[in-house]
This record gives sequence, structure tokens and C-alpha cells, in this order.
Amino acid sequence: MSKNLRVKTSKFIDETTRISFKFNNKTYYGFKGDTLASALLANNVHLVGRSFKYHRPRGIMTAGSEEPNAIVQINDGTALTEPNARATEIEIYEGLKASSQNCWPSVNFDIGGINNLLSPLLPAGFYYKTFMWPASFWEKYEYFIRKSAGLGKSPTKPDPDIYEHRYIHCDVLVIGAGISGIMAAKTSAKNGLKTLLIEEKPNLGGSTIYQNSDHFKINNQNSNSWLEKEINEIKKIQNLEIKTRTSVAAFHGYNFLLARENLTDHLPVEQRKEKTRHKLLKIRAKKVISATGSIERPMIFDNNDRPGILLSSAIKRYTDFFGVACGEKIILLTNNDSAYETAISLIQKGINIEAIIDNREEVDSKLIYEVEKNNIKIFKGYTVIDTSGYKKINKVSIMKLSKDGQKVVGSKINLSCDCLGLSGGWTPAVHLFTQSGGKLKFRDVDQVFIPNVYPSDQLSIGACNGDLTLDEILSNTSNSLKKFLNIKNTEYENLEVVSSTNKFKRNIWLLPSNKILGKTKSFVDYQNDATAKDIKLALREGFRSIEHVKRYTTTGMGTDQGKLGNMHALGIISETAGAKMGELGTTTFRPPYTPLTFGTIVGRNVGEYFDTFRKTPIHDWHEKHNAEFENVGQWKRAWFYPIENENMHDAVQRESKAARESAGILDASTLGKIDIQGTDASEFLNRVYTNAWSKLAIGKCRYGLMLNEDGMVYDDGVTTRLGENHYIMTTTTGGAANVMGKLEDYLQTEWPELDVYLTSVTDHFATVSVCGPNSKKIVSEVIPDLDFSDESFPHMSFMNAKIGKISCRVMRISFTGEHSYEINIQANYGKSVWEKCMEAGKNYNITPYGTETMHLLRAEKGFIIVGQDTDATMTPIDLQMDWIVSKKKYDFIGKRSLYRSDTIREDRKQLVGLLTDNPNEVLEEGAQIVANINKSPVEMLGHVTSSYYSPNLKKSIALGVVKGGKNMMGQKLIIPMEKKNINVTVADPVFLDKENKRLNA
Amino acid sequence: MFIISCPYCGEREQSEFKAGGEAHIVRPKQPTELSDDEWAEYLFMRKNIKGIQYERWNHIHGCRKWFNLVRDTSNDEIKSVYKMGEKPPSI
Repeated sequence: MSKNLRVKTSKFIDETTRISFKFNNKTYYGFKGDTLASALLANNVHLVGRSFKYHRPRGIMTAGSEEPNAIVQINDGTALTEPNARATEIEIYEGLKASSQNCWPSVNFDIGGINNLLSPLLPAGFYYKTFMWPASFWEKYEYFIRKSAGLGKSPTKPDPDIYEHRYIHCDVLVIGAGISGIMAAKTSAKNGLKTLLIEEKPNLGGSTIYQNSDHFKINNQNSNSWLEKEINEIKKIQNLEIKTRTSVAAFHGYNFLLARENLTDHLPVEQRKEKTRHKLLKIRAKKVISATGSIERPMIFDNNDRPGILLSSAIKRYTDFFGVACGEKIILLTNNDSAYETAISLIQKGINIEAIIDNREEVDSKLIYEVEKNNIKIFKGYTVIDTSGYKKINKVSIMKLSKDGQKVVGSKINLSCDCLGLSGGWTPAVHLFTQSGGKLKFRDVDQVFIPNVYPSDQLSIGACNGDLTLDEILSNTSNSLKKFLNIKNTEYENLEVVSSTNKFKRNIWLLPSNKILGKTKSFVDYQNDATAKDIKLALREGFRSIEHVKRYTTTGMGTDQGKLGNMHALGIISETAGAKMGELGTTTFRPPYTPLTFGTIVGRNVGEYFDTFRKTPIHDWHEKHNAEFENVGQWKRAWFYPIENENMHDAVQRESKAARESAGILDASTLGKIDIQGTDASEFLNRVYTNAWSKLAIGKCRYGLMLNEDGMVYDDGVTTRLGENHYIMTTTTGGAANVMGKLEDYLQTEWPELDVYLTSVTDHFATVSVCGPNSKKIVSEVIPDLDFSDESFPHMSFMNAKIGKISCRVMRISFTGEHSYEINIQANYGKSVWEKCMEAGKNYNITPYGTETMHLLRAEKGFIIVGQDTDATMTPIDLQMDWIVSKKKYDFIGKRSLYRSDTIREDRKQLVGLLTDNPNEVLEEGAQIVANINKSPVEMLGHVTSSYYSPNLKKSIALGVVKGGKNMMGQKLIIPMEKKNINVTVADPVFLDKENKRLNA
Repeated sequence: MFIISCPYCGEREQSEFKAGGEAHIVRPKQPTELSDDEWAEYLFMRKNIKGIQYERWNHIHGCRKWFNLVRDTSNDEIKSVYKMGEKPPSI
């Protein structure tokens, strides 16, 4: 039976609601309001985890989000599991299961603990130094290093929870609901400003809400009672929104902040169903007030990491807020007055204090006098030099400090204890301030960094601004608020304040010891096991920048991001290197302040909502007819239409044959369509395409190639002249939006004098493409009024037509090399036109085909696909498409680049056809192409860009890019594959109907 | 994330905009008369200043208009926003 260390009823804990939970498979009880840490401490459980490198036993160290040690896996084995959760922040609920991390087989007996004994062999940079040679062994080392690295276990099942994002706009955002945050929120809201107050803990009031002592009074009330009234008042203010359990993760420029609101993690699992777990708040605030408080510093001495060693302020919080004693024989080690506040709380609750070790000599402090009145032994001018107790502290050794604080003198005194509280002074929590771009200054008197230059309309108040005592907080906060909010007065101007803290502190970053440093383990970063010795070693080895020392020693790189130890690391560096703290700077504080789950970051953008997708008006028909789809840009395009048990290959072969032998039908609605009008439309096309447009007759279509200014192919498509000043341009499916953007850019910024108007009409039209020898018969049945004779409707021309009463545009253009027609009709009639074509084509075995067949057919004809056969390094000349580049035009986008020294090289990669010696062998797209396999290193000449088995030519065909390929016609090349080399011959990229007989048939 | 004041629409979130690189690089009127080096100067050479930089931006998810702005790249402060064709302010 474990001991019960619940000492006193606390009003923050509901002792009528008992909650059972499991830790490392053992059942414990706590109360509603407990954190996992407070409930474990009430059960006298201190040992909760093992450290990262040495696997040393570690206990609960803090009572907040700065916790480095007590990180646990919760609900292991379920979809809800979460690694690296801080026991100090988890609110217990019925059924909670938590377990220790980084230990095997158990936290009590951990094999990895052997690393502790090996620690002299594991200095800073151990892995860098040891696993360097031979380089080829890295792959083997890596396997074992990865196995021993990492803290918790990632969930392996899909996250069942719901997450949301919410935008919030407010006049004033107040971060932190301690005493100064409450004052700020109330002042702001009462002055009519829309105010949002955010607090990471479940309750408001910070540490003042349990500061119940005669030594801290406001207007003759204890500070906690005064604050309680303020809190009750602000809860009634209409224009003040309060969010608890909400942690600001990031503070970006322009007062843009991200916060995580935790809505269900404190509820029993069965009560969370259908509820949103976390909300990511995207906050844009006109003004931001940071009241993020401060974090107590530990102290650095040999074996300062044993279970049972906590921050003194954490002992106070567990006592006053949770009613839990952290031990029965407590010793406090301090260099300032705050440990005496803890001592007074312990005395009030009747918890035994063995002794207080104070680095300072005699100090005139009311708090000390009160403690002395209670006959508690205070060792003034002493320090702790060592501790013992493997799984829990049981003894401290202390010695007298020399006058300069550099040495210990006299003889060692041993004191037994079961808990040690550390109070190394306070570090203002300036993380968010610096994230926002704020600049700090160093205050020498108590060795803290405080805000100096604000990058946006924001203010820091209270402890995070360096106001560390009650009287300073109250007077400075009131004055700052007046200036910041531009108001005449606040309610807080004539308060009568009693604040008994003596501010004197004796700051020693690394406490002296009777042993040499090399024999000590004085932890600076608890989670990553970085010691003072490691930091000094890094300096000896030549590291100077703090950013480098940080990465070499891993100080501050754990999940706690060095919230406790970073200041000491800086202090030790500055003392050792003889540099001033203020000049040394700090490491960069990066978001998030506390870790966020991936679920919170992605919100609702999961599964089918991960990205938007676009469907054509004919999509339903494709679905009904068993189409497989492929993603092209955001579009879902029909890929192929398998019949019965056909695989993709069989379906594509059948579709391709049908299209050439009789008739095929394709949904081409996804092609980009841009409507171009204006008196300068022809001139505009002249400038954006490589070929000439001025002489294109009305009613005619022309293929165009668009380059970037660097001469590389950007997009292609057919543009039709609908009228004197009216064109319709088609673009590739994936390139539509970018082409539109590029054209707008040139029109607005380079050629604003041109009278041209662009409208994207991609979604306005559905496009049905019918091809094959029987296409004319089919389309003329659907549009009987139109003259389809070759004389009046030749290849590359367009007609306006009507299907019933509905107008449509019919183009006789072809991407397959077959005689074909594209019917463009108002989108909502697309499906009906498609069905009409299917009906009319019944007798001709009209066959719907998808993108795969389209690709095969165009490859037979040697037509390129921009983005498949080109990759932004291909000019039209590289594509052997010289014919499309106008020699006469004075200028067009990319023209000048076509004769740069690099683009005229003969040995550029050029597009060629490839035929395999074995006509049944189909190449792999992306495969490398070489000429000589025997000369090492083998020179890569290029790669295969498109490859298919052509059912119409009854052989394998491929396109590829090859260095100097233009002059290699008929030459033999090799495609080396994993198991064999495939012999190919360079060929003309046009494999079928070079004379265009089919197009004009 | 910045707030950008589009000269046509007013203050909007940065996510509505697309950055378009350095401003006031004019496309040569007669590219064919330029040497390779002169053309390369236009095509490739861009400043990347720490400090005051003149930039092109497009309100791509809004009015789709291009405009210029002056930004201090060291702290992202936007000093001025002005329309295409307007004279750049001296800062």
C-alpha cells in the first residue's frame, strides 16, 4: 500500500470525486482537479521516467509545461496513444493509462541504465566522434543508434479524434491569466476593447491565486483573496472572451499567433465522442499583451537530477494548490527569497522542513525571520555539493561557500531528506516575445533577460517583463497599461500593497564542489542529459557560438526546449569563455512553445478533405461505367474503363485499337480554356506564343507553344480565332491556372498598353472529343444541321453550331492523330451531349477512352506532353520542333534565350523516338539511357520520357531525351535495367502516319 | 504572416497574395539586340537584400492585380504599397 501524502483539503481539488487511473499498469487514485503528477506525488510516486542518454532514474521536477523529466506515454496500444505527454499537464480522468518511456524492461529496472556507468565513455559529441569511420559503416551504426534514440512511441493507428481551426480577430490579446494578465484583460475590456484572454492551465490566477500569506497583501486582503474577486468580476464582462487549457504555440510577425485550445483531453474517453479534441486558434490581434510569467531556475551541482528533487515553486504549488506534500523531510536549496515562501506554505500545512540551505549570507528579510521563528535550521552561505539515493533522494551533502562563491570550504555536512527543493531565482518567460522578433536586454543585477525592443504593437507585463515581486508587478503593470492602451487611469493606481520579498539574490551558475568537474554529473539539460562538464568540453574543443554549443551538447534540444537549463548553459559558457552574458545573446526560441499534435496542425484537412478535387460535368457517367480515375492537377480524370476483369493494360490496348479502327470518345473538359478579347488580342498571342498569329483566319485553329523567358517550354495547346478580336485558348489541364497568371502578369506589368481582356472559362464548358475514322458520321448525327464536308469544315477549323436549342462550338482538331472533333458546350449540357454521342456511335463501336489511351495514341503520333516529355530544361529546338518557332517575329517571350550560348549547344538533351530491338519489350519510363556500358563511370545520356506497347503498330514505342540525340538517328543505345540491358535504336519520334493522312481523311 | 494593404482592396492576409520577386526590372524593349551578358543580367540577376527591398506582389486570391511594395526584409515591415506604373517612393 502506497503512502497517502494528501495533506490538506484544497479548494482547487474536488475531493468528493475520486478518480482511478493506471500508471505502469498499477492502479492509483486521485481527485478531480489533479494532474497526473500531483496524483502520483500524493501516492508518493516520484520515479516516473528514465533520462535519454544515461537512463538515470528521474522524477517529477516541475508543476507546469516546462517539465523536462516526467514525460509519459498515455493510453499506449490504443489509437488515442500519445508520446511525450507532460505528467504535470495531464489532468487525470477515469480510465487514464500512462506509462514511463525510454526504459526497458521497466522504469524500476532499466537495462539502459548501464549507460550511466559507461558515462565517462559517452561525452558530448560521442556519436559524432565515434561513428565517423569508416564512412561506409554508417548504415550499420545508424540502425542501432536509431533503435536507441527517440523518446515515446508514435501512434500507429489512424487518429480517431476531430480537430478544428478557428480564426479569431480581437483588439487585445492577453497571454497568461496570472495576476498581471487578469489586470490587463480587465482594464482592456472595461475600456471597450474586444479582448481575448488565454491561459494554458485549467484555472485562472497563476501562482498568486494560492499565495495565501500575511506577507503579500493588496488593500488589506491577502493577495489570493483580492485576485479571486478580480477573477469573479472579469468573468462577467461581455466583450472579454476567456480561454483556459489553451497554449500559445507561436507568436509571428504582425501580431499573428497560433494557439491550441484543448477541449476534451481532461474528459473520460467515452465522454469525448463526436467532440472536437483540439482547436487551433489563428489569432490576429491589434495589440498583444504578454503576461507569460516566469520559470523558476534549478541549480547546478553534482547529482542534481534524482527523483525527489523538484523546483521549490513546484513544491509550493503541489502543497497549496493540490494539497499534496512532495515529501515528509524536505530540504530547500536557494539563492533568493522565494524558497522561504515555499517554506511558509509548508509550515502552514504542517509539512516537516529539515533545513534550508541558502547561498546567501545574512539577509534582512521578513520571510526569513518568519521561517526562523518556526525553529527551522537555515544554513546561510552554504551550498549543496552532492546528493545520494538511486531511485529517490535520501541525503544531501552541503559545504560552506567561499566568499567569492568559487569554492567550497570547511567540512562536509550530510543531511538526510526525502525531497529537495531548488530555487535558483527566476527566468522571465520571454519565449513568445522573442519568437515575434523582439530584442532582449540583460539585467545584470539579477542576471535575467528582459524584453527591450518590441517589433510590433505589443507589451510584456508582470514577471515575463522582469517584475518579479508583487509590488513591482502591481505598480509597473498599471503604468504600462495606461501608456499601451492610451487610457487616463486604471483601477490599480492607489493600491496598498504589502510585499515582503527581499530581492537580493546570489547568482552562481555552476555551484562549486569539493570534486573536480570531470568527476561530477551536474545536469544542465535534464531531458537530454547534458551536463556542465559537457558544455565545458565543447568550449575546450573550440566551440564558441552558443548555437553550436547547443547542437554539439544537445542542451535545450529536448521536448522542453531547455526551458529550465538554457540560462545556466549560457551562464557557464560566459563564465568559462570570459564573455559578458548580454553580449553572448541567447539561442533562438522557435515555435511551438509547447509541442502540438499533428492532428491540431492539419485540423479538418484529412481524408477526402486533404485537398480539393475537381470533377467534370461528365464525371458521374464515368463512375457509372466503371472508370478508374487518375489525379491530374486537382482534377479527377477518367484513366481507363475496364470491362469485366480487364486489367489496365488490356483495357488500354482495347481502347486504343477501337479509337484508330472506328471511334473513340474522350472527356476533355479539364483542359484549361482562356477567353481572350480585345483589339490587340492577335498582337498579344504573337508575343506569348513562338509562332505567328496575325494571319490566322477567323474560324481557324492553331497549335501554339508557350515558352518561359528562359526559352524553355512552359505550356502548349490549340487556340481558335472566334472573331476579329476574339480567341479561345486551350492550355494543358495542369497548367491552366499558371498560364492564366503568367498572361495576366505580362498584360498588367510589361504591356499595359495592349487592349486585351482575359477570362478563365475552364469550368464554363464541357468538352467531348470524338475521334477515329467514323467520328464524322457520329458527330454529324448529333449535329445534323452542320456541314461536315472537308471543304467547309477542314482539319484545324471551327464552327458554331446548335444541338437542339443549345449553342456549341465544334473544333476539328486532334491530339490522337485521328480525324476528330471536339464539341464544347455549356458545362451543364456536357453529360447529355456525351450520351448523345454514345447513342449515335452505338453502331460504330464507339469506345470511351481515358487519359492512358490518350497518352498512348498521341505517343504513336509523336505529340509531346508538356511536363512528361519536357521538364523545364527543354527548348522547342531540343524537342525537334523548330518548325513552330517563327524566324520572322521580332520578339516573343523566350525568343532571345533560344540563342544563348547554352541553348545553342549541339549536345543538349533532345527528344527522340526509341524502338526496342525486341518489339515486345516495353521500356520503363524514367529509365536511364547510355551508349557505352563498359566504360566506368558510365555516362548517362538521358532518360525515357514516354513508353507504351502500341496495339496499332504491334510493337513497343518510346520517347526519350538523349544528349545530342538529334544526330543519332539509327544509332544503337542501351537501357540498363536491374537484371538486364535492353538494346534500343534511335528513331523518328513520329511512329504513325507521318503524312497526316488520317487527320485529313 | 503579414497583413498587406492591396491598393485596390485594402488590408488582407498574406495568404491571399503571391510574391513575384524583385520589382522595377523592366523587360528590355529589344531583347534581340542584347548581348548574352546583357540578356542574362535581365533574366537571372536578382538582388537579395537584407533591409529595404522593392517587391512585386499579386493579389492572386482577390482582385488578381499586380502591385509593388517596399518591405524591410530584416523585420518584414511594409513601408509602402503602390500601383504598377507609379513612381517608387524613396525610403
